[in-house]
Amino acid sequence: MSARVVVCDVVFTYPDGRLALTGVNLTIEPGERLAMLGPNGAGKTTLALHLNGIYTADKGSITIDELDVVEDNFSEVRRRVGLVFQDSNDQLFMPTVGEDVAFGPANLGLVGAGLTERVDHALEAVDGVMLADRPPHHLSGGERRRAALATVLAMEPDVLVFDEPSAGLDPAGRRELITMLSAQPMTQLLITHDLPLALELCPRAVIMNEGKVVAGGDTRTLLADGELLAANRLELPYGFSPG
Amino acid sequence: MGAGHSHALYVHEHSFIHRLPPEAKVVAAVGLVASSAVTPREAIWAFAAYGVILGLLVAISRVPLRFLAVRLLALTPFVMFALLIPVIASGQTVTIGGVELSIEGLWGAWNILIKALIGGTVSILLAATTEIPEIIRGLGVLRVPALFVSIATFMIRYLELVASELGRMRLAMTARGYDPRWITQTRPIAASAGSLFIRSYERGERVHAAMVARGFTGLMPSLGRRAATGAEWAGVGALIMVWVVIATLALSIS
Repeated sequence: MSARVVVCDVVFTYPDGRLALTGVNLTIEPGERLAMLGPNGAGKTTLALHLNGIYTADKGSITIDELDVVEDNFSEVRRRVGLVFQDSNDQLFMPTVGEDVAFGPANLGLVGAGLTERVDHALEAVDGVMLADRPPHHLSGGERRRAALATVLAMEPDVLVFDEPSAGLDPAGRRELITMLSAQPMTQLLITHDLPLALELCPRAVIMNEGKVVAGGDTRTLLADGELLAANRLELPYGFSPG
Repeated sequence: MGAGHSHALYVHEHSFIHRLPPEAKVVAAVGLVASSAVTPREAIWAFAAYGVILGLLVAISRVPLRFLAVRLLALTPFVMFALLIPVIASGQTVTIGGVELSIEGLWGAWNILIKALIGGTVSILLAATTEIPEIIRGLGVLRVPALFVSIATFMIRYLELVASELGRMRLAMTARGYDPRWITQTRPIAASAGSLFIRSYERGERVHAAMVARGFTGLMPSLGRRAATGAEWAGVGALIMVWVVIATLALSIS
């Protein structure tokens, strides 16, 4: 149900020559919920795309438990690591939410009643059973985010990587999402600019900047360090105190 | 299919025709249109028979006649063209209401009008009883190449998104005082079309990444939908047979 993620000295350069990851080292313990903070362009999303083999590191290694993230293991890695993208419209590409949720498990070979059951469970977990027959472009932002989460939960991953879970959500939608994430037992990596969300959900946080992890530790302690936050273009919401 | 799911051509009903699997409806529609297309124009009785059967199908589908009539207005350009033929065609003529009309032209006009009407009604009936994604799925069941089916699926899914992106770009232009009235002012529109293309291309890459992340290996998975039963295929086959018999009779008589 949950796995250890070990990222060791990962370096990655985009085809246009831009150096995106300059040596990332990171360990996430099984069942841990870790927040990844950092400015735009720090390499957070690029790292997330490495965790299930969408991008392949130029140097370094990534393992999910004992499984190396290398081409031979991609199908197993993609079952074990679920990625929820920043823009739900990128995640929801099938004509209806139900079919989208079924897409992943069907790729794993599930058919018939097993597939239906998997889809129903995933939609129940995000309180989205009523969304099954609806096309993604007719959903509200919050519904779309929940549907995107369901598409990944249907894979029953051991690790959930969620890029900007609360971006664009209204306060009620954000609260619903926090509740859903806190109910999930798998290892979670939440990439976010929403510092109160990080504090509420994640006991530990890391800060990425210029392609590597520059700080890490207890979330509350990190967020109390004004200088560290400022150096990494982070800022607590006005009036918010992590103490 | 839930409410709020429909396209403009769809009529939300629960008729027998609505419930038929899409592949059976697509085959029936193609069969009906093809049979009527080869029917000789002089076989008026055959077109009357097609009309009766089509009328029955419309009644069973519970698609309102008014809905059908409004959609049939799309045939107006064909009608206009057909009405011109008797006036401009040569050969033997007949005088109707003081206007000299070509007999050959009148037959030509009738041929276009009746076949366009049948083809149009069949297409509207198919679209009114089947959601577009369902039609695409039907094509997949009918072994239309998977690549075409996937492209059509994505086109439908993202067309609205691309249209809304275009809308936002136009809004951004208008908000900054762009109000084109002359052809020389169209440069920003061309530039925005290019920018829209790049954005769509980049979205394509992100969507592909999202698919790969969930185990996509190049083939869309079968999601275990209900296929047409033998009885449904038999019903569709019988319907097509009736039309083929009428068309064959009409051809042999002429």
